[in-house]
Formats: sequence, C-alpha cells, structure tokens
Amino acid sequence: MSFYKPSFRHPEAPSNELGLTAKAYEGGISTLCAGCGHDSISASIIQAVWGLNIEPHRVAKMSGIGCSSKSPNYFLGKAHGFNSVHGRMPSVTTGANVANRDLMYIGVSGDGDTASIGMGQFSHVIRRNLNMMYVVENNGCYGLTKGQDSATADEGSKNKKGRANPFEAIDLVALALDLGATFVARSFSGDKEQLVPLMKAAMSHKGFALIDIVSPCVTFNNHAGSTKSYDHTREHIQAASVVDFVPMAQEITLDQIKGSTQKVDLHNGDSVQLSKLSDNYDPTDRHNAIRTLLDHKAQDKLMTGLIYVEPESDNFHEMLNLPKTPLNELKEDVLCPGASTLSSINDSFR
Amino acid sequence: MKATDISNPEYFHKVVDCQYACPAHTPVPEYIRLIGQRRYSDAYMVNWESNVFPGVLGRTCDRPCEPACRRGRVDEEPVAICRLKRVAADNKDDDDVNARMPLIPTQKNGKKVALIGAGPASLTVARDLMPLGYEVDLYDENPKGGGFMRSQIPSFRLPETVLDQEVDYVLDMGVTRHFNTRVESMKSILDKGYDAVFVGTGAPKAKDLRIPGRDEADANIHLGINWLENVAFEHLESIGEKVVIVGGGNTAMDCCRTAKRIGGKDVSVTVRSTYETMKASPWEKDDTLAEGIPILANHSPAEFIVEDGKLVAMTFNIVESSYDENGRRTIKDTGEIVTVECTDAIMAIGQDNAFPWIERDVGIEFGEWDMPVVDKVSFQSSNEKVFFGGDAAFGPENIITAVAHGHQAAISIDLFLNDSSVKDARPAPGTNLVSSKMGIHQWAYDSAVVDDDRQASAHLPVEQALTSRKIESEIGFDLEAAFIEAERCLNCDVQTVFFEKKCIECDGCTDICPTNCITFTNNDEEGDLRSKLNAPSTNKDQDLYVSTDLPTGRVMVKDEDMCLHCGLCAERCPTSAWDMQQFLYTVTKAGNEPAPILVEQVGGKREQAA
Repeated sequence: MSFYKPSFRHPEAPSNELGLTAKAYEGGISTLCAGCGHDSISASIIQAVWGLNIEPHRVAKMSGIGCSSKSPNYFLGKAHGFNSVHGRMPSVTTGANVANRDLMYIGVSGDGDTASIGMGQFSHVIRRNLNMMYVVENNGCYGLTKGQDSATADEGSKNKKGRANPFEAIDLVALALDLGATFVARSFSGDKEQLVPLMKAAMSHKGFALIDIVSPCVTFNNHAGSTKSYDHTREHIQAASVVDFVPMAQEITLDQIKGSTQKVDLHNGDSVQLSKLSDNYDPTDRHNAIRTLLDHKAQDKLMTGLIYVEPESDNFHEMLNLPKTPLNELKEDVLCPGASTLSSINDSFR
Repeated sequence: MKATDISNPEYFHKVVDCQYACPAHTPVPEYIRLIGQRRYSDAYMVNWESNVFPGVLGRTCDRPCEPACRRGRVDEEPVAICRLKRVAADNKDDDDVNARMPLIPTQKNGKKVALIGAGPASLTVARDLMPLGYEVDLYDENPKGGGFMRSQIPSFRLPETVLDQEVDYVLDMGVTRHFNTRVESMKSILDKGYDAVFVGTGAPKAKDLRIPGRDEADANIHLGINWLENVAFEHLESIGEKVVIVGGGNTAMDCCRTAKRIGGKDVSVTVRSTYETMKASPWEKDDTLAEGIPILANHSPAEFIVEDGKLVAMTFNIVESSYDENGRRTIKDTGEIVTVECTDAIMAIGQDNAFPWIERDVGIEFGEWDMPVVDKVSFQSSNEKVFFGGDAAFGPENIITAVAHGHQAAISIDLFLNDSSVKDARPAPGTNLVSSKMGIHQWAYDSAVVDDDRQASAHLPVEQALTSRKIESEIGFDLEAAFIEAERCLNCDVQTVFFEKKCIECDGCTDICPTNCITFTNNDEEGDLRSKLNAPSTNKDQDLYVSTDLPTGRVMVKDEDMCLHCGLCAERCPTSAWDMQQFLYTVTKAGNEPAPILVEQVGGKREQAA
C-alpha cells in the first residue's frame, strides 16, 4: 500500500505562466476507493486551476461531509480549506466569502450533502448568487455508509442487490435552473476533455457556478442496472455543446466543431466558445435550456456540457452593495469610524 | 499504432534499461533487490551466471548500464550499479558460493577445445563448456590466468585476491592450463587435432608515438600497456621522479596512478582533447585528480627533449578543439608551446590487435586493418573450427563485452560440435513473467520510490593509498550505504502489464501516475500519438505500450520513458486491469537449455532451481 506519491515528476512537465508545474497543485494521496470518479474530478480541478494560472494559496476549498467532501484533501494541498458540517458548506462558504471576497471558492459536495441534508442551503446559496464554483460529485448513492440510494438516484435504478429505486430523482441541474442559477453545467468524471474547460469557465464566472458531475461509485453503484455507472453514463451521455474555454486575448482553437458555434463573453474578458449540437439551442436562454434539458431526459439521454450561463448578473456582494475591499483587509478606523459618525447616522433618522 | 506484443521477450527486456544496455544482459534489478535483502551470495550468483567476474567488474566495469539507468532521467544521478555489484562480491559467503558452482561431469563428451589467451573471453568460454563435458586446454604466455584483467589493471584498483578467486572458479572446473606458453603458430594448434579453437588474445599491441626525439629517448619512453604488465608481473619496480603520461583514456589513468605509487613524484597526464571530452571514465578522472595528479588538457605532444642522451622534457603545442554542427572535431594549433620536464614518459594512446602468429593459409580470412573476418552473431571465422571473441574479434572494448562474446562463442562451439547450425539453432532467451501481487495493494517488491541521493563510495586517505601499488584505494560501500543505494533502484524489471479486457476506463491510473506516463486517447500513427500524450514524449528510443481498442474506441498508451515502476497505477485500478509483474530475462548459455532461474524463495528457504 502506498501512503505517498513518489516525489519525482516528469522532468519536462510544462509550467504555467507562474512558472509552476502541476505538482504545485497536487494534494495528498487519495484514500478513496480505487477507481472512484471523485479522483478524476480532483485531477480535473488540478488541471483547471493550474491552467488558469491561479496561485494555489488564492483558492479556498470548502466541503461538507461524505466521500466527495473528503476529496479536497487530494488536490491543491497549498490552498486554504474548510471541511465543514454535513450539508452546511454553502453557509460556511458564504461567511468566508463575506470575510474575503478576493479568494476563489471551490465548494465540493456530493449528492447526499447537497440533495438531502444540504438541500435548503443549496437552494439559498443559488438565490444569493454567491461567487463560487459548486461541484457536485454525484454518484447516486451514499458511498460512505455502504451505498444506500441517494436523492439523486434515478427512479428504477437498481442497487447492488438488484432492488430498483422507487422514488423520483432530484435533478440538481433542473432545480438550479429553476432557482435562477447563473451558470449551470453537467459533466462526467470520465470526460476530462469536457470537464476541464467547464471548470475553467465556472471559475471565471462572477457568480454562482454549478457543475453537477456524474462520478461513478465503483464500490456500490457501478453494476449493470445502475444508471450512474461508467457504462450506463457513457451510453446515455449527450453533450449539448462542446465547450472550449478561451482566456482573454487568445485565439479560438476549438477543433471539435459539430454544428454551429456560439461565443459567450464572460464578465472578466474571458469567453466560452461553444460548438453546439443544434442551432435551436441557446445556452444564454433559460427557457430554452430548461426545455432542452427536459427533452433530453424524455429521450433517456444525459445532457451534459454548459447548459445555461448568464454572464452579466449581480452576485452576492453587488446585491448587498458590499465594499470592494475584502472585509479582512478593512482597517479598524474604517470598520469603526467612531462616535461622531454614529451620531451623524443617528441624526439622519431624527 | 499496432497493439504492443508483450509476449515478445525483447519488449519488456528493453524496459529494463540497465540490463538491456549491458552487453552480457546481467539482470541488474534482480541482484540489486537481493542486495537490499542482504542476500549477498544470491546476488553474487545472479551476477556470476551472467558475467562470470562480478568481483572484477564491480571494480573495473565501464558501466554501460549506469548512463542507461532510468533513475538518471528523473533524479540527478543513476543508481551506483557497479559498486553494488562489488558489495555482492565482497560480502558473499565463499562456502555457499563454492557449493553452488556447476557440477563438472567426470565422464567427458570426447570433444576437445583449445582456448588461446586466458582473458575474460576465453575464461567465459571455459566456464560455459566445462559443465557440458568438454575437455578444455587453455594457453597463455603469462604464468597466471586473467589476461588484461591481470596485466593492465593495477592491483590498487583490482586486488589480486579478487581476481585470483574468480579466475580460479573457472580453472578449478578442470581446465587444462598451459601457462607460460606463448602460442606462436595457429597451424601447430590446429595440428593437435582440437575439435574447435577459440581465440581470445585481446588487443595486445600498444600504439607508439613517432615524434622527434623518440629514438634518442627510447630508454625512458614506455608503452602504456606493456609497462603496466611489467609492473604487474614485477619485472619493473620503479620509475623516475618526473613522469609524463601521454593519452587520456583509462590506461593513461592507470599508468599515472601506478607511477605515483612506484617512485613518481611529479606525475602529470597530458591529453590532446579537452578535459570534458577525454576518453577516460569520469570516475577514473576523479580518482586521478584526488591523488594529486594534474590532467593537462589541450596538450598535443611535439617533441622529446634529450640532453646528454637522457630524456629531460617533452614539449607540447597548445591546441584548441572546436566542433561543427555534426559534432565533428577540428583541432587547431594556438601557436603556444609548453615544456614539461620529465625523466620518463609513458605512451597511453591506444592499442591494436596483432595476429602475427596466425598463418594466412589456415583458412582464416583476414579483412580490413588486418583483422580476421568474424561473424557478429556466431563469432565463427571463415575456418569453421576457429572462433574469436573479446578484443580479438572486433578490436578493443572492455571486460563485460568480452564476457558477452565468450558466452555467445561457447554457444556456437557447442552447436558446431553437435552438428547444429551456429546461426539458426541459437537458443531463445529464458524469460519469466510473474505477478508480484501479494494482496490488495501489496507487492513483492519495495514499490515506494525513495528520494535518497546516490551514495558516495568510500576511498582510503590518499597518503595511505599511495604507499603501495597493492593496496586497494577504494573501500567501496559499507552495508548501510549499500542498502540505501539498493533501495534507489526503481525495479524497472517489475513491469506494468495491462489487461484491456478488465479496464473500465475510469482514469484512476492516469490521475495517480506521478510522471503522467499513461494516456487514454484515440489511436494514431506513432508521431501523432506521441504528441497527444499527457506528458511530453521526446525520448523516441523508449517504446510506447499500446493496448488494443477499448470499449470507448480509445486505446491505452503508456510511454515507458519516465515510468517509476511505483505500482500506483495498479493500486488505483479497481479491476486489476494493471498488474505489476516481475520479469526475468536471462541470456541462454551453451547447452541449449533456457538459462535457469537462479534462486527462488521456497518457504523461506533458499533453493537452487534446476
């Protein structure tokens, strides 16, 4: 059993603009089951943050409880992190974000942590459009407690003993669209070509960005009859668009053009280039996105890719008109301007 | 690309870079692991089967394995393979090793073979043929066996006891010794009715330097290898106080260090090339400098200065080396002339073959540069009874190459004397590929990759080393350093074997691989495939391991170049589509049986497998 990764890396491993190789973005060796989709998602996060030239210490990794919520330990070892209470990652992230709006927040949650115990928190963080990337590592089961069906398990999906799930599944993508999320995407842990650009776009989005990622549980939910297995996902996946993340002032090199293309500029000058399955689909049109999502579901297809994006929206800080300077950098004289300021405020109410 | 055929023994052999680079293909990781387990006699026997002179080679080998060592690609320095071999030789249990020597049949097979020259090539032929029942006559002009290992390698690098022991392992098999017997005529040997003759006479003729003053100073000008031989056999016991060596190879290093020990006070080495490009091995240059002997680079010899009939100095033109874009060197005079005082000068500028004793009408064809025409595979000459090997076959090389030749020539002689084709009936290598899985995430080898730096081999203090030419100057590794060094080995013989039918394409292996050597992608031509891999794939000498098509239509491609053999891919694989399998490749020796697997662990007891 290996408890650590050898320290040698490929001597010609590329460096990003900060002069760092991907090694600087790694974390501890994973203790998840071999073959867990979550490890691929961790690897995608490493690639995405490295590729965006973000220094690891400018990132905060937030999580709740579950297999998914363990995984921040396995990437970005030099980032900040908070492993919080079950289902409460959104409120802890909100607090952190209020204290320091300059960090980049990556929330990692699972289907239990989000769609069961954390459902209320999930809904409200969407309403607040908190500036963060919210990753759901969705395997349709409670892997940490021996694989019971979770709230995202599809109706009819069979568990390891062959019993079909009698309940309707919660579709987090549909829910997020309904609640007004400003960036909604779905992907598959086994498709990094899609996932890494999506993450780059999500992290560049100024506001709440959800990526619901089907991430098979090899131990409890990767058998025939499961709708969240590697095989089933591969058979039913349908990318609504092929996404390429285009940093500011860089030319577009999307080489998998199928159908028509659409360019969506993000707030910070970066853009997302989409190659779409059909001309009728417009990822900036919420109604259209919801309709397309339901159409795919009706055809027993799993719609993936960037499903909806609203590049110009007010996020939590803007809605509440909070200062641009992070709270933790405001000096005492600004935070406590003194008795005279207090009395002038009081006077204004007289 | 076509899917890799791992059933071809050469595929995995090439992954074991050190073994592949070794002319005798010694299973290096196999014996290093044994040293790590403190099984020195076992490690010695793995070596002895393959290279016959582990104690000698552990001190003197040219080490083609070390530049090839994979660790050198990811770490600053490769594993100290050569000095680990010496650890096995120095710490073996002599009784244990004696008991494991091959049994020699008392009933001979009736075939007689003559070996001319008692160097490493001939001794290897004897070692391989004696256990098969051949009668072997060994001829050498010197009073003891060993050839240039004895005459040209000074005792402070290779103690006589070490050499004697390993030469005797072979001679004690019952080889008939004809020492102090210089063979002057091939015809006379052939007339004795031998069934086969092997020529392992080396490259015994030293090159001379014909510049002004050469003849006048003759009394104090020595030819490197002849001079070393005279010292070794104690025909010479001293040299003048000021000695200049001309030449920059390992012989020059041996000459200067010997001179320093038998009377030379001001000893210097002069070489025409730059310091960096001179031929001597880097570690021999280091040892030379450590003994206070300067190496004067860019010195092209011009003249021997003689006064009153005695050598008093040499003059040198200072030159400049430059290289064109094809790496070709041009040497230009700078006009500067330097004089180096000396009482003696030793020429160590190369050596040649010489076959004045082979009559040209005995059916042995000679070709370019008056060298015999010898087949590169069978080592047979145009006289089907006569075989060549070692330096005598294709010019000066080294001990390990001579051993490799000896093994192959012995196979040819055995085939020839059993009426088989020396070309078509050659035996295939012995291979063994066994899973090293001991349990979930448990392997039969130390899969963890340690960060330790290469251990330094200990030397005697210089003042002490210089007191006698018979004191070994290098002490080598103590057992603690040997263990650390052994653990640095990446176990490249434990192969990553991929079973495509089991793969579910979860990317677990790709994500964990420290050097990103595994990629799942669509198949392509080699060049395009290399450009699509997760890590730069610039070392074209290293193969790509390509699977057959997987369910998604992609293939698994593994670039063998930077693989650390850490086993993490197999540990992160949920379906055991990856397995770490120990691969043993052995060069089959004469007798046509695939080479035996030497030692295996049976219930904690060591047993020698048949």
